Amino acid sequence: MAVEKIVTRRFDNLKAHELDEYVATGGYEGLRRALSMSPSEVHDEVRTASLLGRGGAGFPAGVKWGFCPPNVWPRYLVVNGDESEPGTYKDRQLLERDPHQVIEGCLITCYAVGLTQCFLYVRGEMAHAQERIAKALNEAYAAGYVGKNILGSDFSVDVVLHWGAGAYIVGEETALIESLEGNRGMPRLKPPFFPAAVGLYGQPTIVNNVETMANIPWIVERGGDAFAAMGAENSKGTRVFAVSGHVNNPGVYEVEFGTTTFRDIIMGDEYAGGMRDGKALKGFVPGGASAPWFFEEHLDLPLEKVAVDQAGSMLGSGAIVVMDEDTDMVKACHNLVRFFARESCGKCTPCREGTTWLERILSRIIAGQGRPSDLSLLMEVSENISPGIAWPPRQTTICPLGPSAVSPIASALERFRNEFEDYITLSDRRVIPVGAA
Amino acid sequence: MSIDATESDAEGVEVAEPEPEPEPGVPFTVNGVEYRAEPGRNLIDACEDVGAYIPRFCYHPRMKPVGMCRMCLVEVDTGRGMGLQPSCMLTVSEGMVVDTESEVTKKAQDGVLELLLINHPLDCPVCDKGGECPLQDQTMSYGPGESRFVEEKRHYEKPIPISDTVYLDRERCILCDRCTRFAKEVAGDPLIHFMDRGNQTQVNTFPDDPFSSYFSGNTVQICPVGALTAKPYRFKARPWDLNEIETTYPNPMGDRVTIQSSRNEVLRYLGVDSDAVNWSWLADRDRFSFEATMHDERLTTPLVRGDGLGNASADGDELVATSWSAALARVVEALEDANNNAGPSSVAVIGGARLTNEAQYAWARLAKGVIGTDNVDAQLADGLPGDVVASLPRTTIADACAPGGTVVLLSGDPKEELGTLYLRLRHACVEDGVKLIELTPNETGLTRYASQSIRVRPGDIGAVAAAITGAEGANLDKAIGAVTVKELEALAAAVSGSDRITVIAGRTSMADHAALTVEAINAFAALDNTAFLPGLRRGNINGAIDMGLSPELLPGRTSLGAAGAWYREHWGQVPGQAGLDTTGILGAAATGRIAVLFLLGADPLTDFPDPELARQALDRADVVIAIDPFINASAAAAADVVLPAAAFGEVDGSHTNLEGRISPIRQKVTPPGTARPDWMIAAELAMRLGKDMGFVSVEEIADEIAAVSPLHAEADAAAIDAAPDGLVMPLTEDPSRPTRFAWSDLGAPDEPASYDSYSYRLVVDRTMYDMGTQTAHCQSIDQLAADGVVRINSHEASRLGIGGGARVRLSSKRASVECNVSVDDRIARGTAAVAHNHPGLDVRSLIEMGDPVTDVRIETV
Amino acid sequence: MSRLSEANLRIAHDILSRYPKKKSATIPLLHLAQEQDGYVTDDAMEHIAELVEVTPAEVLGTCSFYEMFKRAPVGDYRINICHGIACHLLGADDLIHHAEETLGVRQGTVTDDGKISIEGVECIAACTEAPCLQVNYRYMNNVSNEGFDVLVKGLRDGTVSVPKHGTLALTRQQIPEDKAAGNAWVEPDDAPAWWPEPEGDA
Ligand SMILES: Cc1cc2nc3c(=O)[nH]c(=O)nc-3n(C[C@H](O)[C@H](O)[C@H](O)COP(=O)(O)O)c2cc1C
Ligand code: SF4
Ligand code: FES
Repeated sequence: MAVEKIVTRRFDNLKAHELDEYVATGGYEGLRRALSMSPSEVHDEVRTASLLGRGGAGFPAGVKWGFCPPNVWPRYLVVNGDESEPGTYKDRQLLERDPHQVIEGCLITCYAVGLTQCFLYVRGEMAHAQERIAKALNEAYAAGYVGKNILGSDFSVDVVLHWGAGAYIVGEETALIESLEGNRGMPRLKPPFFPAAVGLYGQPTIVNNVETMANIPWIVERGGDAFAAMGAENSKGTRVFAVSGHVNNPGVYEVEFGTTTFRDIIMGDEYAGGMRDGKALKGFVPGGASAPWFFEEHLDLPLEKVAVDQAGSMLGSGAIVVMDEDTDMVKACHNLVRFFARESCGKCTPCREGTTWLERILSRIIAGQGRPSDLSLLMEVSENISPGIAWPPRQTTICPLGPSAVSPIASALERFRNEFEDYITLSDRRVIPVGAA
Repeated sequence: MSIDATESDAEGVEVAEPEPEPEPGVPFTVNGVEYRAEPGRNLIDACEDVGAYIPRFCYHPRMKPVGMCRMCLVEVDTGRGMGLQPSCMLTVSEGMVVDTESEVTKKAQDGVLELLLINHPLDCPVCDKGGECPLQDQTMSYGPGESRFVEEKRHYEKPIPISDTVYLDRERCILCDRCTRFAKEVAGDPLIHFMDRGNQTQVNTFPDDPFSSYFSGNTVQICPVGALTAKPYRFKARPWDLNEIETTYPNPMGDRVTIQSSRNEVLRYLGVDSDAVNWSWLADRDRFSFEATMHDERLTTPLVRGDGLGNASADGDELVATSWSAALARVVEALEDANNNAGPSSVAVIGGARLTNEAQYAWARLAKGVIGTDNVDAQLADGLPGDVVASLPRTTIADACAPGGTVVLLSGDPKEELGTLYLRLRHACVEDGVKLIELTPNETGLTRYASQSIRVRPGDIGAVAAAITGAEGANLDKAIGAVTVKELEALAAAVSGSDRITVIAGRTSMADHAALTVEAINAFAALDNTAFLPGLRRGNINGAIDMGLSPELLPGRTSLGAAGAWYREHWGQVPGQAGLDTTGILGAAATGRIAVLFLLGADPLTDFPDPELARQALDRADVVIAIDPFINASAAAAADVVLPAAAFGEVDGSHTNLEGRISPIRQKVTPPGTARPDWMIAAELAMRLGKDMGFVSVEEIADEIAAVSPLHAEADAAAIDAAPDGLVMPLTEDPSRPTRFAWSDLGAPDEPASYDSYSYRLVVDRTMYDMGTQTAHCQSIDQLAADGVVRINSHEASRLGIGGGARVRLSSKRASVECNVSVDDRIARGTAAVAHNHPGLDVRSLIEMGDPVTDVRIETV
Repeated sequence: MSRLSEANLRIAHDILSRYPKKKSATIPLLHLAQEQDGYVTDDAMEHIAELVEVTPAEVLGTCSFYEMFKRAPVGDYRINICHGIACHLLGADDLIHHAEETLGVRQGTVTDDGKISIEGVECIAACTEAPCLQVNYRYMNNVSNEGFDVLVKGLRDGTVSVPKHGTLALTRQQIPEDKAAGNAWVEPDDAPAWWPEPEGDA
């Protein structure tokens, strides 16, 4: 199943982050090629590629680029490098190991869509990635790849490195924009704030994920058709997945999109290499903490957007977290819910109050203070955040963070209700103090 | 339609039905019934318009929606099937279907309510908001009874003061963002903010940087729960004990307010959402001024100078209580003596801006029609000549603030002097793209929002205005004072490029001559697309001018010359010639030519630009009669008779704002002791003088005004009563009545002395909180007047080699005073600014009143 | 308590120049302040407020939203132990417990010598290397209890060197003046130079 790697193609080259090495391995060829084409031709290549956004929502990049209202200037590019979804680990690698590839992708995007300034928003905690990007940008400026009159053309754009400061919600695109404006990262309601129309400083703004950007140079260099030739009908190209948890070889793997299955990537020797210590699989998170859990019976689903959506979850940010038979599903559930409760921005009542309440009920249960009525209470509070508790969620909130906290509860309660009941009724569970974890 | 068509119609020939007027708006459906609404109207409002009230906490119609609380979720179909949406964030579109009562809607709303309550303390019985709290009400009507929340609630230190007047109880806060949005969006003072994140989010200030906004009290009014409380109201009453009345606050804006009281005690004022005027906002100074009304020091009985043993006597030096009949007899005796000895012009009246229109009319008629003196002035030489104000073409606030307009600021800082006008102008600049041009000596609270803010040194304003309006003989080719040619050209371009200009005309400084401002007004008045809003700052000063409390004026913005005969017919007599303004009156008094001086709520010792002249005048006048709710400095020093007046909240009548908008003032409580409405005092004096004006009620006065004033024909008592949002003057002018007049040029003042590089031009301006009588009697804000200082900018400070806090001597050619320096970069170069009436510093002695401007030197001591 | 130093003020102006609107520089400037003092002082926030032209309350509103900004002194080395789902599955709770026991501190507090504080943090994007931690935002992967002890010892005796708290990237982005395209607000309404022609109204 060996497939040509796109975004991780230089991962084995430990010097790829240096400009010379990058150029020596074909770097900035995509940019040169783009500059020899008209912006709309470049845009067409990306449209042809049917590149789905890699940030979570999986929206086709070429289509999104077309949403900028005509003749409204300036327009901005904001690259989402806030990677904070539990289990997700790929943008940081791309930024650290091959920063120029991301920069090149940004430049091409700016050229194609007429974006006049680019902000590369990198998660604050990623000191090393910031270092690498800053160095790469400094080199690229010095060599004329970024800034005024790029490669002698009349294409000029600054790429500004911007650091986050620790807030998961800022990964949500409108919150990202708020944050970039210097505000608290609280999402804006869409509509009217679809970034492509009303974004940074109220101007048209394209928000794309780091991995999305990293695909662009290859697409322009090799053509959208070449990209679309890989992968499945609705999921073209390749895609990077991080497989973590109870597997033998946790790691970041670039695979052909849409054809590889969960079984391949979790159990396959060339990938995660199967369950650790020969344990049985109890369940797995298929696409980041927000995604409803999958189980044994889902293993043969392809890593393909539509199939996974139809099965009631999502590929999201490409994070697969594997849980073995010994996993305490109540604690796993609590762990995920606690994440959302701690990361709620506090804007919408249901999310601010609801996720915290859910977390407190769960930690009470784990501490041995649960009541039988707590299980229905968990579901009812969940209902108030995500009416109907389905996926994709209906929501009483502005953004999907609140409803995301409901996914693990719904998944765990449906499948492992007995574990919750045990906590409530049995006296011999090891009791951990509330809040200790 | 042509005549032919009509004829053929008559003959039965078929004609096309005229196209029916398309109904305005687009169709949308609420709970199964189709209505129409303006497309783009906020859905939550559109539903309310048709009777489907949607509960809400964060939404406030005067602020941008944020969609935070999620209480207003309803099922909406915009073409893609029913889904829950926050109705405050949606606008009506054609064919939208809304269900505010469906199961799904109700369930979502109940869910939000339960979640809001889990951390909210259930202390309604001790909460100020209890009884008027939407959260409490919602819970009663929809919410689940028992809380299923067994966890511990969020805790915070109990109420913390976030400003001098406002407390915040973060446990009660439901994080609706109203107060914080108000601070940023409306007041422009983002000193309170959300802090921390998620479940820990709280509203707070920066450490040691309180929410010292002039408008902080509004947050208390808009907080949907009891999280924000006003110090003056805390624990004072329960909403169900209160009863209320809607009225007009007597400031120049005529802010609409509700007075709430319990057992004859005023407990609070709330702003009313008047679309035309204050949009529900109030400045704190006004909001909390009910404390003055309720103050112990209110006068409850007439006083006369006595011998200190409780006996009235002409040469005693204490003020002692007496009866109304004794006091009024004394006044009448004095008036008769004055008339007999030196004629009616030996009587003068200063003040009257505090009064209602009706009281002002009664006093104008008493003075001019009964006593026969024209020495009447409601202003204290710190405003603009009454005839100028009366003849300015006016506009409305709404027109001034409408998109596309230009506002020229030629007055004191609206943020300091006219709170809600500042809010309206700020909104106009920030949200509606109105262009603001400031021609002020120093920066103002609006400078940040101005498209051009030019520092014009006192003395230069007339020339600058002439140049930029293209007045005859003026040109742009040389700098005028500190204003460069480039600035002049840009201003001229902005003026000539404006479709609609509103000039806010007032006085930027007490230390320069009014004629300078008048010259500038003249220049703008010559443009045919320009209208004015007078930026005068005292209570009902606009009413006073309209009612004739100004030399030469008669009620209805007319004059002795234009309407003398008409009023003589109605009043019996009017003065034969124009009288004196306050400066003239005090000058005459100081030289023994005024026998009886009425201070109608005036305090010249404190407010007149020349305190020395004021003192001499009060000393020399034979009889000084103060009519006031309090004893002010002038009354204490010199009044022979003090008559206790009823205050706002205690009288009926009407008010005129700067637009010329007349709106009703309503009585809520009774005056303390024997204090009487001002109109009644005038009526009784007239009666005792043997010339009864026939007034036994406010309505009769209002009806008389409507019957005689050239401008008030439609504003009789019934009409005023029926128009809570006010009637805007001029109403239709009655052709049978005298016409308005045009004012004549005051004559150019002397050229200001040339600028001496060692001296500073003095600007004496105003701040929101000074030692004015009313503020001084409000416990909650009386501490807020900062100590008097001279403000200079950092450039000048370093030139002088001094820093903030340095002690300096300010000297003019007349006198010198010592004070501390405050470094303030809003002050222009070469300018020294001192605010009037602040503790420890009175610079008025430096002002040479006849001079165009006042220059001072600054030396360290 | 300190405002930004002269040197940092120059950096601040450089940062400010990159953004079309000043307020956007708030977070970068807060990082700069934290780099200078190890935490964000009130004075620094007031200074930043002046620089970005907002009130200190607004700066604090932003600052307090983000986890990385500390408003009181913290240990020289902040050890953030990830307790995200992947690390949780691979023993993060035990690691945190071990850290608390051996250091004698609870999460969020500093050891007596002022050197080390620990905190359980949400996923730090190294899930395949679980359990993992960061010391002043430098990663350490696959951390065992023993590995943790070695780290602490190394930090204490100086054999493990980590930049002090607040210092993130050691390299700053530099945009040479002659190479800058300029922030895109200066000439609003104009299509960029490389843009072919006005677009249709599509
Ligand atoms: C709560 C939340 C967190 C998110 N976090 C991230 C993130 O860390 N990185 C990211 O690229 N996208 C994240 N997204 C998705 C973004 O909103 C957005 O869809 C994405 O950046 C668009 O880029 P793409 O089209 O290239 O995928 C998040 C969305 C939500 C609702
Ligand atoms: S204090 Fe009141 S107005 Fe302010 S956010 Fe809280 S509930 Fe809303
Ligand atoms: S009123 Fe609409 S969300 Fe609060």
